[in-house]
Amino acid sequence: MSYDVVVIGAGPAGMAAAVQLAKLGISVCVVDEQPAPGGQIWRGVERNATSPVFKALGEDYQKGSSATAAFHAAGIDYQPAAQVWQIEDGWKVFLTAEGKSRCITAKAILLANGAQERPVPFAGWTLPGVMTVGAAQILLKSGGMLPEGDVWIAGAGPLPLLYATQLLELGGKVAGYIDTSQKPSLKALSHLPAAWRDFPGLMKGLRWIWKLRRSGKLVRNTRNLRATGDGQLRQIEWESNGKTRKRDVGVLLVHEGVVPRIHETMALGCDHDWNDQQKYFAPRVDQWGETSRKGIFVAGDAGGIGGWKVATVSGEIAGLGIARFLNIGIDAEKLRREAALDDGRKRAMALRPLLDALYTPPQTPIADDVVVCRCEEVTAGRIREAARASAPDVGAVKAATRCGMGPCQGRQCGYSVQALVAEVNNLPVGDVRFFNIRPPLKPVTLGEIATLQDVEA
Amino acid sequence: MFRSVMAGLKEQADMTVYVNGVETPAWDGETVASILLRVPNVGRQTPVSGETRLPYCQMGVCFECLAVVDGVPSVQGCLMPLKDGMRIERQRGRREVGQ
Repeated sequence: MSYDVVVIGAGPAGMAAAVQLAKLGISVCVVDEQPAPGGQIWRGVERNATSPVFKALGEDYQKGSSATAAFHAAGIDYQPAAQVWQIEDGWKVFLTAEGKSRCITAKAILLANGAQERPVPFAGWTLPGVMTVGAAQILLKSGGMLPEGDVWIAGAGPLPLLYATQLLELGGKVAGYIDTSQKPSLKALSHLPAAWRDFPGLMKGLRWIWKLRRSGKLVRNTRNLRATGDGQLRQIEWESNGKTRKRDVGVLLVHEGVVPRIHETMALGCDHDWNDQQKYFAPRVDQWGETSRKGIFVAGDAGGIGGWKVATVSGEIAGLGIARFLNIGIDAEKLRREAALDDGRKRAMALRPLLDALYTPPQTPIADDVVVCRCEEVTAGRIREAARASAPDVGAVKAATRCGMGPCQGRQCGYSVQALVAEVNNLPVGDVRFFNIRPPLKPVTLGEIATLQDVEA
Repeated sequence: MFRSVMAGLKEQADMTVYVNGVETPAWDGETVASILLRVPNVGRQTPVSGETRLPYCQMGVCFECLAVVDGVPSVQGCLMPLKDGMRIERQRGRREVGQ
């Protein structure tokens, strides 16, 4: 099968780009991991329209309905429930869906595969009962799942606040909320005037915080949070004002922001830049979303965290950029100006500098006995030991310890290993590279590869 | 650890699945990963130490929700919607070549 463009990801950016491309008469196929369009932000939005959770999920979620409707109406070829495991020059996209593999060729590729929550290892984070806030919110969107028992939230950023509000609205309970954010710096507050451009966004955040304060369950200025239990989460402990506090807990939900999904652009050898404030790599793109590799475009959170509104605009811009790249005789600059896409992007970005400055990733060193690589169960201590015995390179540590070699391929431990190697060598984190990402991008069986047909060598 | 809001609103579940052979009511929109959080003793056992894990990320990046689904091992549970009659079993260690 062959298309002008393959779009990977059917979230806000991927859908917006695909609709834009289809409008311009360009043949496009959208490939997505999920069984229905919407990405993580609008996960299950079509199915949930008639569910009791729809109202509680809020306005931003409900806006997904019109985006998915426009996506379907555009008559775009769409391959849901598919895992992309390899992208080759030419461009060839190898994927598996329903146990069978296929190769789709295209002149250009748009990676709109979004973000993941930043994994932050702490003692006990592998215990059943501990999961991310984002995970709990996805469960709410998939079958209306509410956590039971004493539910604690520990984290920073807008998502835990939003989730707590949604949970309370649906009759769920939050036993306590540990705000792990640092005190706002003057630098962070200097972004406040620009943030006023997104007044409703700002007010929404303040309302969440106010509601939470009033509930009397907010805990601040904590250190050394850990989860304990024998094979199952039973308690959490933390230090506050020099005292150790303990609470019985049923479910602990954690969140320390989100980072772009970079495995695909890393494997393709695209250039990346280090964001030292938010501590992540993002592919370097030009004003049309094109990476350092011709014909590989990126839109949405995969190119740097901006949220769904920025993602939508960047998808539209990338759509025009790809049309320009394909040289189909349109004036992309003019279309971009007429749709006022740059103004839209600026407005959508208004709150971001404040959020990025307010919610910086935690910089507490990881204790030696904490598991960093969840798949291969490698502790921070073993990683430090290997890092001391080798050149300041994550590859050497990986080879010595197996960290990053499990099924998740370093998606959980990548940044922690990088930070540990930097710490041991007394280097700035951004000076240490990320894991070398090799195919397959997702596990694929020999049987699935054997179903491949008509692939030119 | 989790329950569906639907459980209090509907008289009957949307479907029945079998978790470790036990009949379990389930709801539209649920994935294999959500059932792992509602039924005891079905979380995967790691290939390294054998300890039990439960779904962590729900968005396809942590691989903690691996399960045996209708006889197929190492299925990423959070990406697999439940279907009526589906059989879900605990994933013990790593999958073998040829399975």
